[in-house]
Amino acid sequence: MRRLTENDVTPKALWLNRRALIAGGAAAAGAATWPAGQAVAATGLEPNTWEEITSYNNFYEFGTDKDDPKRYAGALTTAPWSIAVDGLVARPGIYDLDALRGFPTEERIYRFRCVEAWSMVIPWNGFPLAALLDRVEPLGAARYVAFETLYRPSEMRGQQRAILDWPYREGLRLDEAMHPLTLMATGIYGEDLPNQNGAPIRLVVPWKYGFKSIKSIVRITLTEDEPPTTWNMMAAHEYGFYANVNPEVDHPRWSQATERRIGGGLFARRQPTLMFNGYADEVAGLYRGMDLTAQF
Amino acid sequence: MAALVERVNDAARLVPRGAVYALGLLPAVWIAFALFTGRLGVDPVLEAEHRLGLTALQFLIATLAVTPLMRLTGIKLIRLRRPLGLLAFTYVVLHFLVWLVLDMQLFWAQIAEDLVKRWYIILGMAGLLAMLPLAWTSRDAALRRMGGAAWRRLHRLTYLAAAAAALHYLMLAKTLTLEPLLYAGAVFGLLAVRAIPRRPRNPARA
Ligand code: HEM
Repeated sequence: MRRLTENDVTPKALWLNRRALIAGGAAAAGAATWPAGQAVAATGLEPNTWEEITSYNNFYEFGTDKDDPKRYAGALTTAPWSIAVDGLVARPGIYDLDALRGFPTEERIYRFRCVEAWSMVIPWNGFPLAALLDRVEPLGAARYVAFETLYRPSEMRGQQRAILDWPYREGLRLDEAMHPLTLMATGIYGEDLPNQNGAPIRLVVPWKYGFKSIKSIVRITLTEDEPPTTWNMMAAHEYGFYANVNPEVDHPRWSQATERRIGGGLFARRQPTLMFNGYADEVAGLYRGMDLTAQF
Repeated sequence: MAALVERVNDAARLVPRGAVYALGLLPAVWIAFALFTGRLGVDPVLEAEHRLGLTALQFLIATLAVTPLMRLTGIKLIRLRRPLGLLAFTYVVLHFLVWLVLDMQLFWAQIAEDLVKRWYIILGMAGLLAMLPLAWTSRDAALRRMGGAAWRRLHRLTYLAAAAAALHYLMLAKTLTLEPLLYAGAVFGLLAVRAIPRRPRNPARA
């Protein structure tokens, strides 16, 4: 496969913009180690509008069309809410959302890249997953973290049909989960997460395809073995466990070399997709020695 | 029932073909207008691509339905079949152009890869290519030149185009949802009824 180069794509404005994006990645990394609460403001990334972020969602619990979540997610009750933490942890238990809200939150402006080859930039509010995991104290044997979305067909109409093997499940390797970029998001633009975006609390892993960033989480389980994950169970040759954004590994349906940036208008150019979605400097080390074509 | 069929047939004879084209192109006009005035939501290119593809499939199904409708009910819309088929073709071409120009933006390397690697694209392309000779030979002059039998044989490519399109739609869905199944059901149902032996009192018509 031929890699796209700057010359293939680029009017100068975009090229400048792309440089800004790359700079954005670096800034976000810096921010990850800043004291909690400090906003990652100087990323150079231009966030999508609230309207765009909240009306174009893949959240099959509410239907398979992009506008279904906005239309139907209002039916979901998000309070009270708690997350069950179990498996290989010293402090298992049911953690009330209000207790979790106690973690200091920060704003993180991240690129968001869907496996369907479109992307947005989203200003999340949340706290590092590492803070939560530190609180529950993973045991030495724990190597993976499994997540589960709420299963409540009465309020999540998409779950009334078996389009996926409910409840939705995702997972990370423990070192991925502990990475400072990995966020538990509770808000966007300083507002509480809208239901269609995964209220009241969701995962955000910016260097992976969007489906890894599981929404409306009710269970977190520390495990020794790689946990089953929904899309991987559905079509293992299409969706790997890792699902790292990688322009060189195609999905059978979509080339991943370029992406449609949502909000750019009708004639916005496709953009070249960046390795690890632009976060290679921060996360490439997690995968050293792995064959990313085989473990995709 | 027979009286109703007669009435429908009388009415159908009065419909000018031009009106079918005009009405049939309305969705395209609306989609273009909506596209250029920001009425197609957050991802307008994909939305236009989808709507054009869906309209193409609907016209294909309508085209396929003409003969079974005549055989099963006696309603004769055969005059409208050519406009319906050409409208289907028009929407397929528009759908393809949106993909090529607005979605893929003439990234030839990626386009070439998609055309050989992605089954749903290959099937869509098969559908489009199968329709080219049909559009080319759609005029009366072509029918006269070829002779009815050869023309009818060639135009069985419609079956291939429709089957390819139905599979194209089924395959591009990430999960099995109802809509592509219903469309595939319609297409393959309309193909299947053609296998039913004709009743003698119906004159043979393809
Ligand atoms: C007989 C010809 C064709 C028909 C009837 C057809 C029909 C359709 C339909 C019904 C859809 C789904 C719309 C929806 O989800 O609402 C679709 C999507 C699509 N078609 Fe076609 N199509 C045809 C040929 C082609 C060709 C030739 C190409 C490109 C080479 C193409 C590319 C696409 C793409 C890229 C999508 C959207 C995929 C996505 O959502 O990611 N189609 N088409």
